Amino acid sequence: MNTQSFVFTGSGGQGVITAAIILGEAAAIHEGLNAVQTQVYGPEARGGATRADVIISTEPIHFPKVVNANVLVCLTQEAYDKFGRIVQPGGLLIVDSLYVRATKNTEARQVMLPMYETTKKEIGNPVVFNICVLGCVLALTWVVTPDSVLSALKTKIAPKYVDMNSKALKLGLDMGEKWRASLGPVAAQKEAAKIKKS
Amino acid sequence: MKRSNVATQKFIQGNEAVVEGALYAGLGFYAGYPITPSTEIAEQLAEKLPARGGKFIQMEDEIASMCAIIGAALTGQKTMTATSGPGFSLMQEALGYAVMAEVPCVVVNVQRTGPSTGIATTVAQADVMQARWGTHGDHAIIALTASNLQDLFRITVEAFNMAETYRTPVILLIDEVVGHMREKLTIPAPGEYQVVDRLLTSVPSGIDYHPYLPREDGRLPMSDFGGVHRYNVTGLIHDMWGFPSTDPAVAYNLIHHLVDKIENMELEIARYQEFFTEDAEILLISYGSSARSALQVVEDRRKQGVKMGLLELNTLWPFPAEAVRRNSAGKNYILVVEMNMGQIYQEVKKAVQNPERVYLANRFDGIFISHNDIGKVLNLIQGKGV
Amino acid sequence: MPVKRYLRQRFFPQLWCAGCGHGQIMASLIRAIEELGLQKNNVVVVSGIGCSSRMPGYLDFHTLHTLHGRALAFATGVKMGRPELNVIVPMGDGDASAIGGNHLIHAARRNINITAIVMNNNIYGMTGGQSSPTTPVAAKSTTAPLGNIDPAFDLVELAKGAGASFVARSTTYHSKEMQNMFVKAINHKGFSFVEVLTQCPTYYGRKNEGVSPTEMMKKFATTTTSIGSPKKKENPELIERGVFVDQERTEYASSYCEMINQMRKQK
Repeated sequence: MNTQSFVFTGSGGQGVITAAIILGEAAAIHEGLNAVQTQVYGPEARGGATRADVIISTEPIHFPKVVNANVLVCLTQEAYDKFGRIVQPGGLLIVDSLYVRATKNTEARQVMLPMYETTKKEIGNPVVFNICVLGCVLALTWVVTPDSVLSALKTKIAPKYVDMNSKALKLGLDMGEKWRASLGPVAAQKEAAKIKKS
Repeated sequence: MKRSNVATQKFIQGNEAVVEGALYAGLGFYAGYPITPSTEIAEQLAEKLPARGGKFIQMEDEIASMCAIIGAALTGQKTMTATSGPGFSLMQEALGYAVMAEVPCVVVNVQRTGPSTGIATTVAQADVMQARWGTHGDHAIIALTASNLQDLFRITVEAFNMAETYRTPVILLIDEVVGHMREKLTIPAPGEYQVVDRLLTSVPSGIDYHPYLPREDGRLPMSDFGGVHRYNVTGLIHDMWGFPSTDPAVAYNLIHHLVDKIENMELEIARYQEFFTEDAEILLISYGSSARSALQVVEDRRKQGVKMGLLELNTLWPFPAEAVRRNSAGKNYILVVEMNMGQIYQEVKKAVQNPERVYLANRFDGIFISHNDIGKVLNLIQGKGV
Repeated sequence: MPVKRYLRQRFFPQLWCAGCGHGQIMASLIRAIEELGLQKNNVVVVSGIGCSSRMPGYLDFHTLHTLHGRALAFATGVKMGRPELNVIVPMGDGDASAIGGNHLIHAARRNINITAIVMNNNIYGMTGGQSSPTTPVAAKSTTAPLGNIDPAFDLVELAKGAGASFVARSTTYHSKEMQNMFVKAINHKGFSFVEVLTQCPTYYGRKNEGVSPTEMMKKFATTTTSIGSPKKKENPELIERGVFVDQERTEYASSYCEMINQMRKQK
C-alpha cells in the first residue's frame, strides 16, 4: 500500500488547480493509479489563498481531501502562512523563493527554488510557472513519470503551446534534480528512497 | 504498472460524470440557470448537447427551466435540469406538476449549505427532506445519490431509466464534494449499461388513446405531442383522458396511483451497497460524499480489529427501509453519517427494530465531514471520550 | 363553418360564465386555424392557470394546461423539442403579466416562434375578481374596494419593449379583425403577441360597469380605434387596435437548429 498526498497552494491565477488536475490525470489515466483531486471553492479562489489537493494511491481512495500532506507546495507568502502546518513531519515543503520567505520551523524538509524567476528568464512567459513547479514536484517525488504528465497536458492545451509547456516541465525537473544532487550522493539516495513509490 | 485504455477513461469532476451519464442515457434536451455548485453541468451540456443533435437552453430562472424540461419531455425527448439549493426551492411547484402529469424527467440538485443562500460554495446534504416533501400535496418521489464518479455515472443512467419506467420526475441528489471532486471515470461502451427508452402506446391512429389509463402492469404508455393522439395534460386532478375532474373517486384513485406506483416498488428501486456488513457488530449508514468518510472509518477500524461495516444508500426515496432493517438486525449499534441535522437518521430510526441504538454523526457547518469527526462520535458512543 | 370539428365536445358544457368573452376568442382562434389549414396534429396549445387557461381542454389539439404564469416556459420546451409544431399560448392578463411577466419578456427577447394571446379582461376571474396588472386606476376589485391605485401595464408597450417581433391588439367586438390578427400572428416567424380586450361581466363588469355583457362588448367599439385613425387625435383616451409591430428577426429555435447543423459539419 502506498499513498502520496499533495497540496498545491498559491493565489488565484497562478495555476495551482491546473497543476493539481494534471498531476491527478497523469496518475489516474496514464499510470493506472487511483487519484482524487479536490479544491477549495469560493472567494478564496478569486484572489486570496487557493488550495488544490491530490491524493495518489495504489489502493482505493475514500476520504478525498488531504489532512496531512506528504508534499506541500506554497507559491505565495499568504498560502505559506495559511497552509504551512498541513505538511507531515518528514514531508516535503516546496516554496518559490521569490514569493515566499520561509520562516516556519516545520519538521518537513523545506525546498526553496527560484521557480518563478527561472521560468520568466528561460521561457519568457510566466504563464507556464505552474508547469515548472510540477516539474520540481516530479523530480523530488517521482510519483509519476514526466511522460505521463506531458500526455495529460496535451489533452488540455492547444498544440502550439505544447512546446512551451514541455520546456517548463524540463526546467522544473532539472531544478529539482539539481537540488537533490546537492544533498550529496548518499543523502540523495536516501531522499529518493524515502519518497519513492514502491 | 498496467497501462489503461485512454479512450474510454476520463479524469473529470462529478458534475461532468452526470453529464456523461445523461448523454449515455440519451438526453435530448436540457434547460437550466447558473448556480453554484452545479453550473459545470450546464456549461458542459451547452457544448456537448448540440454536438450530438440535442438542445440546451439557458432559461430566465429555475422555475422556467423546470417547466421547459416538462414541455420538451412531452414531445418525446429525455430531459434534464440541474441546480442547487435556492434553485431547487424554485423548482418545487413544477416538480409537483411533473409528478401529477406523470412526465418523465431528471432533476439534479448539487446540494450546498443552506437554508436560503447559505454558503454557496460549501457542502451539505440538507435537502433530503425537501426532495421528499418539497412540493405540496400527497405524492411519492424517487431520489438517488452516489459517492464516487463510477457510481454517479451509473446512477445517472438509472435516474433516466426510472423516470421512463415509472413516468415520474427523478431527483439526482448529489452534493458539492461529489460534484466538484475529480477522479477517474471509465465510460462504458454503448449497450454495456441498460438504457430504458420511452414506452409508447400501441393504440393506432383513429382509436381512442387514454393517456392516464394504466396498463395491467401499472405502466402508462405515452404518445408524443405532434403524434397521432391528441390529449390533454393538466396539473389538476384528472380522469383517464387527462381532463380535469373534481369527482372524489377520481381524486382518490389518482392520488393512490401516484403514491403506489413508487412506494410499492421500494424493493425494485432500492440501490445500496454493503461493505463488510456480514460480520459487523457496528453498522454505519451513509450516502453521497459522507459515505467516503464513513468507509474510511470502517477500513481504519477494521485494521484495529473492530468489526464494523457500512451500508451505503444510493436510493434515498422511496426510503430503502427493508435494506436498512435487514442490515441493522443484530448490530450493537447503528451510526448514521450525514451532513445535516439528522434527516436520514430519523428515517433509519423509523425503519429499525431498536431505534434507541441508532446514533448520528453529522456536520452542517459547510465543512466536509471527516473520518476524524466520525471517529470522535464513535469514541463517545463507546464511552471513550473524544 | 364547422367550428365543432375542432372541439372536444365530450368535455362540454364549458365552464365560462354567460357573457364571458373567452368563448368568442376561442371561436376566432379556431377560425384562424381553419383558415390557415393547419393539421390538428401539428398544433399544440399551452396555457397557464385562470379562466382563459381552460381553453386548451376544449380544443382538439395537443393541449397542455400548466401552472399559473408558466405557460410560455413550458411552451418554450415544447417548441425546442419539436420546432415543426405550431405552438399557441392563450393566457390571462394576470397570468401573462403578473406571475408570468418574466417569462413573457424573455420569450419575446428570444424571439422564439410561439404565438402568445393575452385575453385581457382587467381582472382575476378564476379567484373571484381581484386586481390584476391591467386593472385601470380607480377601478374597483375585491382587493381594491376603494378603487385601484396601482398604475396599469399597457401590454402592447410591454411586448414591444421586450422585443416581440409581432405585436397586435384587438377586441371581442372586432371578431373578424381578431381572426385576421391570429392568422398573421401564427404565420409570423418569431414571437408573436396578440392582446385581445375582452369582457368579464361577472367580476369586472358587476363592480365597475353595471351593464349587460353585450353592452360591455359594444363599448369596445367606442373606446378603441384603429391605429392611425384621426379619432385618436381628437380623443387621446382611445385605445388603438391593429398591428403595432411586424418585423423579421432571427428566430430562436431555427437558429439553434442551424447551430447544430454547423457543429455537426465541423465534426
